[in-house]
Amino acid sequence: MKLALRELRRQPGRFAAAGMILTLIALLLMFLGGLLDGLIRSSTGAVRALDADVLVFSSSAENAFLRSRVEPALRATVDAVDGVEQTAGIGVLQFGARMPDSDPRDLLDIALFGTELPLQSVDALPGEGEVLADESLRQRGVTEGMVLELGPGRSPVTVVGFTKDTSYLGQAALWASPQTWREVLGENRPDQLLGPDVFQALLVRLAPGSDAAAVAERIDEATGAATASLTVIAAADTLPGVQEQQATFNQIIGVTVAIAIVVVALFFALLTIERAGLYGVLKAIGAESRSLFGGLVLQAVVLTTLSCGIAAVAAVGLDLAIPPGSIPLRISALRLITSLVYLLVAAVVGCAFSLRRVLRVDPASAIGSSS
Amino acid sequence: MNEQDGLTGDGFTEHAPAQGWGPALIMEKARKVYPMADSEVVALDDADIVVEADEMVALVGPSGSGKTTLCSIAGGILSPTSGRVVVGGVDISTFGPKQLTRVRRELVGFVFQSVNLVPFLTARENLLVVDELGRRTGAPARRRADQLLEELGLADRAKNLPGQLSGGQRQRVAIGRALMNDPELVLFDEPTSALDTKLGMAVMELIRDEMKSRGIAAIVVTHDERITQFCDRSVHMEDGRVL
Ligand SMILES: Nc1ncnc2c1ncn2[C@@H]1O[C@H](COP(=O)(O)OP(=O)(O)OP(=O)(O)O)[C@@H](O)[C@H]1O
Ligand SMILES: [Mg+2]
Repeated sequence: MKLALRELRRQPGRFAAAGMILTLIALLLMFLGGLLDGLIRSSTGAVRALDADVLVFSSSAENAFLRSRVEPALRATVDAVDGVEQTAGIGVLQFGARMPDSDPRDLLDIALFGTELPLQSVDALPGEGEVLADESLRQRGVTEGMVLELGPGRSPVTVVGFTKDTSYLGQAALWASPQTWREVLGENRPDQLLGPDVFQALLVRLAPGSDAAAVAERIDEATGAATASLTVIAAADTLPGVQEQQATFNQIIGVTVAIAIVVVALFFALLTIERAGLYGVLKAIGAESRSLFGGLVLQAVVLTTLSCGIAAVAAVGLDLAIPPGSIPLRISALRLITSLVYLLVAAVVGCAFSLRRVLRVDPASAIGSSS
Repeated sequence: MNEQDGLTGDGFTEHAPAQGWGPALIMEKARKVYPMADSEVVALDDADIVVEADEMVALVGPSGSGKTTLCSIAGGILSPTSGRVVVGGVDISTFGPKQLTRVRRELVGFVFQSVNLVPFLTARENLLVVDELGRRTGAPARRRADQLLEELGLADRAKNLPGQLSGGQRQRVAIGRALMNDPELVLFDEPTSALDTKLGMAVMELIRDEMKSRGIAAIVVTHDERITQFCDRSVHMEDGRVL
């Protein structure tokens, strides 16, 4: 073991090529993961920010706000379900928003939420004609006190504050009271206008000690399957595109890890062939195959960890260098650690391909034979 | 297996029998046969040899006569096809690979024909490898390494890598490595063949002094009749047989 570490320290050049490739692979892995995290975050932020436990859609809606309708009668049924403490109406509509004095074609993509319940991070909803804006709009030049004109009807709303991490399907959210939301809706999409007290969906807060999934099930039972209820966490995952993004990226990440296995396997196989003589001598003076192979794995693990360390610094640098809002990159400690773990597993698996070769080295090869 | 050999469940006792307790090596009818495609090579043909505890034996004979094979079996590198091999009082005839690894680590020392030092370790570290592979005694091992390097005239070369040493110096490091585990028996396979005559003689003198001062047994394989004068006696081999 000590021998393996000394070799790494004394002959770093031998490991430079493999280390560089592993660093690039690690960076790719972290970048892909960060991109996935960023995309998911910008899709689901608004839903995750809701200060509720269960989200209730009408059953025909397929979990999409726009197709969902919840009438007051249905809401009353939900209110009566055991475990439901409070319900609140919510609705959303996507608009183009115009900043004052900007080019008429330069629109901000926003999602206007009208909700009866404030967010986790916000104590109270804004008043009539006012909205809270997602923080990403700051980078686009939106400031507190600014009046935005929403949709073709140019409904004015005043930005009175900002919220963090509340994007919806890649669009910045504006949070308003139900009345404001209804007014904007009426002015821009009369066809989508809902009657008073009708909402697209319901937010449910649980009575203490209730289980969200169980309550969701009971709600659908009580409404005779007129509703489709989800926990808020599950609702974030079922937003359009989220699972597809996850599946695609995870496949690419899987392929990248497989490439890492091949790189480690090839590199350490070559190294093992090169070292056959040395291994023979070490075995002849009493080294066990186990400790020789252990040294090999240790080298792979140290090399991978170093590579991941460099890649992590590069990934964080990249995150800082990329202007905010251009690419939804989100480098989190969890993602960096996950990438390290994947590559460590790849390193050990890659080394396993050399196990047989290490075991097979004959100590007799060390002693000067006549052949 | 009898208990006098100091055998325990896993092969042999923690501490090999003390030096001076009987011969360092007993080989009785040791045979090594390599099966070939349609014949077989008898590399060692019922060899008998006894090396006393502080004896230094020269092993001479023509190429292919089985000298290396005999040393490999005596040192636990090869298993005999049949026959009895006792090293330092431990009967290793039927030992498996794991037990033989321990024999090599604790009972014997090797000096190979081509110097096989670890290239990225200094002279001193090359000696300490033996300790790291084995029981890891730490400080005593470091003291022992320094003392050996001193005796071998390498004190000022302790921090040099093998690439920075001359052939003779490298061979001396290899001798030091073979002595690190305080073996019962050291096997030298043509230790001077890579050195010129004068240097070869100097190295042999050193080997003799080291062995005799420690009372360690040794077998020195050689083609060179002049080497034999440093040894207590010569054993001749031919066609796998000890004459
Ligand atoms: N692995 C092997 N497979 C088959 N035959 C072998 C093997 N190793 C050695 N031999 C044969 O066994 C015989 C003895 O070999 P050994 O190496 O012991 O000779 P040696 O006396 O050391 O020769 P030299 O002086 O040339 O080193 C030779 O005929 C050799 O070809
Ligand atoms: Mg030989």
